Formats: sequence, C-alpha cells, structure tokens
Amino acid sequence: MSKLKIFTKGFFAENAVFVMLLGLCPTLGTTTSALNGLGMGLATTFVLVMSNVAVSLVKNLIPDKVRIPAFIVIIATFVTIVELSMQAYLPDLYAVLGLFIPLIVVNCIILGRAEAFASKNNALDSAIDGLGMGLGFAMALTMLGSIREILGSGSIFNMKIYQGDGALVFVLAPGAFIVLGYLIALVTKLTKKA
Amino acid sequence: MASKTKSTFVNMVVVLFVISALASTALAFVYQATKEPIAKAKLEIKKKAIAQVVPEFDTSYNPIENMFKIALAEGDSLECYPTKKGGDFSGYAIKANTNKGFAGEFWIMVGFTPDGKIYNTAVLEHHETPGLGDKMQKSKSNWSEQFTNLDVPNIKDIDGDGILIEVKKDQGTVDAITAATISSRAFCDACERAYTAFKKIKK
Amino acid sequence: MEYILLIISAIFVNNVVLAQFLGICPFFGVSKQVETALGMTGAVIFVMTIATVVTYLLQKYVLDVFGIQYMQTITFILIIASLVQLVEIILKKVSPALFQALGIFLPLITTNCAVLGVAILAVRPDYNFSLLQSTIFAMSTAIGFGLALVLFAGLREHMELADIPEGMKGVPIAFITAGLLALAFMGFSGIA
Repeated sequence: MSKLKIFTKGFFAENAVFVMLLGLCPTLGTTTSALNGLGMGLATTFVLVMSNVAVSLVKNLIPDKVRIPAFIVIIATFVTIVELSMQAYLPDLYAVLGLFIPLIVVNCIILGRAEAFASKNNALDSAIDGLGMGLGFAMALTMLGSIREILGSGSIFNMKIYQGDGALVFVLAPGAFIVLGYLIALVTKLTKKA
Repeated sequence: MASKTKSTFVNMVVVLFVISALASTALAFVYQATKEPIAKAKLEIKKKAIAQVVPEFDTSYNPIENMFKIALAEGDSLECYPTKKGGDFSGYAIKANTNKGFAGEFWIMVGFTPDGKIYNTAVLEHHETPGLGDKMQKSKSNWSEQFTNLDVPNIKDIDGDGILIEVKKDQGTVDAITAATISSRAFCDACERAYTAFKKIKK
Repeated sequence: MEYILLIISAIFVNNVVLAQFLGICPFFGVSKQVETALGMTGAVIFVMTIATVVTYLLQKYVLDVFGIQYMQTITFILIIASLVQLVEIILKKVSPALFQALGIFLPLITTNCAVLGVAILAVRPDYNFSLLQSTIFAMSTAIGFGLALVLFAGLREHMELADIPEGMKGVPIAFITAGLLALAFMGFSGIA
C-alpha cells in the first residue's frame, strides 16, 4: 500500500466518526464550538500518532497474551503527557475539554489502530496511519463543532456571522445527536454514489 | 524481521514490568517539567480575576500571598484576597461558590471596596447552560454589569428576610437573566455569601 | 435528603449518556433489543460500582499519599481492565447463572468510557465525596445509564416497524432518536 493511500484511507474511506462510528463520546461531548472540536481532534491525533509509533517499535518484544494491557499502558502514558502539557500551556482549552482528555485512553480508535495496524506494520507506516486517522477524526469534530456553533451561537471560531443567539438546542446535548445523525446520513449518501 | 517474544510466564511479567517502569519514568519526567508552568497558569488565572474585581492596587503587597480564609459555617469557608493602595486596604477579592446553580456548583470572584460596595465580579468556573445561564459571564452578555458598583449596605431589604442581593422575583433589586432565573439566583447567592464573609472581615 | 438529591441528579438531571456524553459506544452498540440492553445494564451497574470503590480507595490511600496524582489515568484504566477480568473469573466460579446473563457484556465494559469517567469524577477534589457518596454516585450513574439504554432500546425496537426514509435508515435515525430522548431528559434539569 502506498504512503498516500494509507493516509487517505484513514481520512476518508474509513473515517473513524462518519464511517466506523468510533470515538463517539468526545465527538459529541466536546464539539460545542469549532475551536473545541479542533482542539480535541488534535489532542487525539497526537496520542494516536505517538502510540502507533511506539507500539510498532516494540511490537516484537511484547508477548501476544499481554499485548492489550501493554498497549493500554503505552496509550495512557501519552494521554497523561497531553493532559499535563495542556494544563500547563493551554489552560483555557483544558478547562473546556476537562474530563474528555483523560478519556482519550478509552477512545476505541486508538486501541483499535494499535491492534489492527501498528502491531503489524513498521513505524513510518504506523505514523502515517495514525496521522490520517487522527486528522480524519479532527476534521469530523471540527465540522460538527462548526455546524453546532453556527446554528447554536451564530458564530464560527468565535467570530459572529449573524445577529441573534441562534437556536440554542444545537449547543446543548440533543443538538449534538441530531446534527451528527444528519451528517452521517449525508456522508453515507455521498460515499455510496461514488 | 526479528522473531516474536514467546508468551511464557516470565516473559509476560518481565515485559509488563519494563513497560510500566518506562511509562512511570517518562511520566515523572514530564510531570516535573510541567509542574512549574501548571502552577503558573493557575496562578495567572487567579491574578487576572483579582485584578478584574478590585480597584487598582499596589503590587508591592501581594494579595495571593496574603490570602486568608473566612469561615461562614462549620466546614464552609471562603478565600479572601486583600489588596492595598498607599498603605491602606483598598479592596477585598472574595472567591465565593454556590451550589444553587442550574448545573450544580459554580465559582465566582467578587470584589469589594472597604465601604462594602461591590467593585466588580468575575466568573471563575461554571457548568451553567450555554446560551442561557452562561450569560452571567462578561464575555457572553453585559448582565453582570448591574453588580458593578452595587452599593450593598444601602440596599433596602423589602421582604425583611435578611438577604440583600436577590432577584426581583424574590423582592430584590437584581434583574434576572431572561429564562435563567435559577442561574441568576445562584449568582446572587454567591454574591450574598461573599458579602456575608466581607462583613466578618470588617468586624 | 442529600443522598436522594445525589441519586436523582445522577440518574435524571446529569444523565451520563444523554447529558454528559459518556458511554455512547455501548449506547448505540447494544441498544437494538431491550433484552440485551437489560443484560448490559446489569453488567455496568456491577462493574461501575466496584470500579469506583476500588479506584476511590486507590486515589485516597495511594496516589494522594505519595503525591503522584499524575499517575491517575494510567492506574485507573489498568485497575478497571483487570477488575473486569477478575469479575469475569469470579462470576464464572461463583454464579454461573449470572455469568451466563452478563458474561458476554463484561469484556465490552473495559472500553466503556463511562466507567473510567465516573471513577475520575468521583475523586475530583471539588466534589469532595466520601466513600459512601462515591459508591452511591457510581451506582446511580450506572442506573441512569441503564435507564437511557433500555428506553432507547425500546424505541429502536418500535422503529424496526416504522417506515423510515431510505437515507435515514439505521444509524442516522438512531442518532436523531437519541437527540429527542436527550431533549426529553432536559426537562429534568433544574429539579435537583
């Protein structure tokens, strides 16, 4: 498989959110605005790339029977690194994302890629795979966040685009489910035609 | 390709142990490196909030280092950050919480001048509904401006319940946020708690 | 009274799935039938309560004592993962009947972020929960998860018979339904 194909596969064809329906908790929970969605997406991308590389480097040293706990330790380490760094250098974003940062650990996308891709491929391919998957995830979150912010607060990336408050429900919990539902329907329709 | 490590008991234990040890070391290292910046970031937020709610003060007298706690009840105390200007106390920033919010507890910083007027307020941390309750934040609406220069000691307690800072629905003086009476009430409650604490300093 | 408020708040007002977005994967994954939803609910109540008690003790008597709170994420997830395994083994020996009912759901719980989420929430310094409060909090949260899951499964069973537009079939309509359910649960907010 060419490098480009590894990358685009994660970004489009096997998009974690729209196609595989993985990592839904942060997808719904952190996308009250475009910026929050982007922040969460990039934090996840970082963990995904790092853990993919780490797993692919040590894959031959880990006995099969304990590979899952070993992967979890590796992932949890990178998650904590992200958590501490974000607390130190981006305290505002950390305050908004809060609980969802430590919960990156149980994001099925990351363990899933470690198991399905990184444990069978070399470090470079694993990094590209992680990057593709991660950016695809970040793109989905930013998209959802933008739509919710436009409809709910009348702005995008904190820039006001129309007067008034917007339909509040889209910023609240129900709006998250409804917008994602329509987005998935749209993506399914578009990909089926192609 | 190197051959795969076999799943013997010794191998499994050794590998898991080594990985855990490496992970702990890496984390301890990152923790040490980020400890300072995290403390600094937290301090910065506090400093900013204090500066927002009290009149300009002399930086030679550090309000954070001179913080003291005021007990309101058993196990319930608020932090007070005093500021000085020209040798005299010029303001008191009180960090007050309320558990009456729409989504539970939230924290605000309330600044008083020595005569008991509220100088200004700032929201520190909250989980109120976006678009409704969160209008108490300065960045979302100008609702909280009615607390600026609020002359608390001279508010008339119409219903005589001893609470001065109340929304109009409760016979008070504060206009509630439209459709967010509970959040507005809670905000008043936090201010009232801060004022109760303030009265104790003055005693 | 305080405990009743805690329970109502955890089950209805701050429903873990519909208001806090935790445990979404199993919420969509095992909600096709009421029966499986009930099985999952049982397993989650069981594991979430035990996990919260164990992680609470770990936090108070190990992490806090040694000042290594930064190890929280890594230790909690390992505890939960091994706890699930342990529960599985013990259940198999002690109560084969219960194992039959819950067995297939147990492995799925490790990656249920609600379990880790609640364990972390229960030890948050600003809540300052006692062990009893944490236990009640965890159990009520799990019941709230179960309530949402079973209600949703009931709705989806009925939806099988409904005439849904082609493009919306399957996952999209499930999301919209969940959105409406969340809207209904918003009616509870403010009561506690």
